[in-house]
Amino acid sequence: MSGTSSSATSASPSASAAATGTTRAVPRLRKRREHSAGRPRRSVLLTVLTGLILVYTVVPLLWLVISATKTQEGLADSSGLWFADDFALWSNIHDTFTYHDGIFVRWLLNTLLYVGLGAGGATFLAILGGYALAKFDFPGKRGVFAVVIGAVAVPGTALAVPTFLMFSKMGLTDTPWAVIIPSLVSPFGLYLMWVFATEAIPVELLEAARIDGAGEARTFFKVALPLLAPGIVTVLLFTTVATWNNYFLPLIMLKDPDWYPLTLGLDAWNNQAQTIGGDVIFNLVITGSLLTIVPLIAAFLLLQKYWQSGLAAGSVKE
Amino acid sequence: MRRTTSRLMRGLAVLSVLALGATACGGSDDDSSGSKPVSSGDIQAALKKGGSVTVWAWEPTLKTVAADFQKKYPKVKINLVAERSGDKHYTALSNAISAEKGVPDVAQVEYFALGQYALTKGLSDLAPYGADKLKSKYTAGPWNAVTQGSDKVWGLPMDSGPMALYYNKKVFDKYKIAVPTTWDEYVEAARKLHKADPKVYIANDAGDAGFTTSMLWQAGSRPYKVDGTKVSVDFSDAGAKKYTDTWQKLIDEKLLAPINGWTDDWYKGLGDGTIATLASGAWMPANFVTGVPNAAGDWRAAPMPAWTKGDKASAENGGSSLTLPELGKNKELAYAFVEYANSGAGVQSRVKEGAFPATNAELQADSFLNTEFEYFGGQKANEIFADSAANVADDWSYLPFQQYANSIFNDTVGKAYVGNTKLTDGLKSWQDASVKYGKEQGFTVE
Repeated sequence: MSGTSSSATSASPSASAAATGTTRAVPRLRKRREHSAGRPRRSVLLTVLTGLILVYTVVPLLWLVISATKTQEGLADSSGLWFADDFALWSNIHDTFTYHDGIFVRWLLNTLLYVGLGAGGATFLAILGGYALAKFDFPGKRGVFAVVIGAVAVPGTALAVPTFLMFSKMGLTDTPWAVIIPSLVSPFGLYLMWVFATEAIPVELLEAARIDGAGEARTFFKVALPLLAPGIVTVLLFTTVATWNNYFLPLIMLKDPDWYPLTLGLDAWNNQAQTIGGDVIFNLVITGSLLTIVPLIAAFLLLQKYWQSGLAAGSVKE
Repeated sequence: MRRTTSRLMRGLAVLSVLALGATACGGSDDDSSGSKPVSSGDIQAALKKGGSVTVWAWEPTLKTVAADFQKKYPKVKINLVAERSGDKHYTALSNAISAEKGVPDVAQVEYFALGQYALTKGLSDLAPYGADKLKSKYTAGPWNAVTQGSDKVWGLPMDSGPMALYYNKKVFDKYKIAVPTTWDEYVEAARKLHKADPKVYIANDAGDAGFTTSMLWQAGSRPYKVDGTKVSVDFSDAGAKKYTDTWQKLIDEKLLAPINGWTDDWYKGLGDGTIATLASGAWMPANFVTGVPNAAGDWRAAPMPAWTKGDKASAENGGSSLTLPELGKNKELAYAFVEYANSGAGVQSRVKEGAFPATNAELQADSFLNTEFEYFGGQKANEIFADSAANVADDWSYLPFQQYANSIFNDTVGKAYVGNTKLTDGLKSWQDASVKYGKEQGFTVE
């Protein structure tokens, strides 16, 4: 029974009822076919929600970029989401880099040091640990699993104060080591590497390498490491962002401003506005914040494709 | 987000203060060594020998002072650590003292926080160095703050904050409103201003412990009585009633802008005329110049409104001292620097850079009184400030745990600004919470 429009126009009321019934059925059928796999269903509600979230995420960034073009006076005089009369981005950038004898540059270098050694080291340790846990069997593995999962659940902030007391006993507070050493541990990175290594490295490949006479170290570096590349980038991104943005740990560990990372330094600048006789430099705080997130945005854009494939690893059974 | 962080910081500050108390009790047996007098000859010899002094202080004019001092005593190196202030400064200081490592030789401590460090023996008594002979140099308010009714001197006053009323002349002129001289007139002016332009508020106040205690001070209230470890807290005296009656009107009629001080909104409001007056310390002009550059020429200073017409009583708001932490090193050098900065030649150069002195000589100098403030349209504002400094009652004291008390202000009195709680009830719950904490800390609280 084909419900065409010609049959719907025919006189009999029962036929017309049947026809309407069919005409209703056809689009329903077509709809179901439309949102299968390739062509997702369009939904006004979802579009609006996505739009709202887009505004929610983009507006602060836009505000930051626009505000970075204003002087201290312009910030107070103009609306937040449009430019002031004076375009001061270049002079703001210049001032940010030269204020207080160029301490911003020093903070930038400190941050790079902490990220390089801390995040880099954390990634390296996560690769080693994750690979070992994924591909070797040893007694107590379940215990290690429990500890790692437990450690993922403990926020770093909660450990900061005990770590401070421990480090101060060892005489390490107020040195760069106080920031670098705790950053070396990334339970989440280890877990991610573990899962990724389980999926990405076929056991047969390792066995083949061993049969061909490669030592464990050589098997790891020549065979396993290249296969782990997307996972490594993912973990590196996570640890980099975590170390780059870390505020609380350096806050309690460091007293000497010469060792501050950017987060603490910008906060110190911001606090000047709350100080008797302090220099109010909101324009430099804002420009400094913008400069601080530029490297992170660049890292995300450049490494995005590795990052996405890394996140999805293990989600589909082949 | 901001709120969570600050709560976290508070928690941390409390934690470190507890730790500080514990270590201070343990390490106080060498108490007698500190009370040996140090002659000026000893200090001169130390200066000749040289060494380094680490100073934790955010006061911006100290940069020049440190440079001058090193020029005068080339063998001494002043290592000025200046990037932290407020809560973070005290957290770092308490942490260092409790860890007994990295304690600075000189630390800036605000008057309200001095009691805490003095009581836990975190600071050296400066009287043996000759600081007790400097009393006559300072105005009464700050000197009372660094001595706290004892013969010990916990620091030398660096600056002071006699209060004044700053007002936006442009706004007052526009609506033809007279500058209030009493707090009753102030309430009247608040009504008129807000009626003339609903966007204009007489002041911002979202609950600020420092401001409220200063207002109580001016109104003649003395809520805190401190005698060693015996303290009492009472917000029910006549002075407190004067303050709550007046301020409750402003809150009830929604005449206060709900803006927190020191935020970017606050600076914006001071600049665009939303906030028409500000009762604050004499150090404020420097912050006006850098924080509110677009309103240059709009603002003026006036004496604080009086509680009864003709009364000249004033109060202090803010201000800090330089202290010698007990665990610091190079004591003679450190003291020499503190004296240079706060009572010697350093004061002159700091005043030149906009600091407000605590010393009589500078406050009474013609050059100081005749300084014309470009920002205030050429007004000789120091005359008003100096007058205010002379009229500060010197019998005010803060709690030995004022830092903690201030940290819970918003959870208690702050409710009066946002809900149906009355200011009096808010103060009562602040009192109860302070008493409870004091008892827990081992104070005898009445």
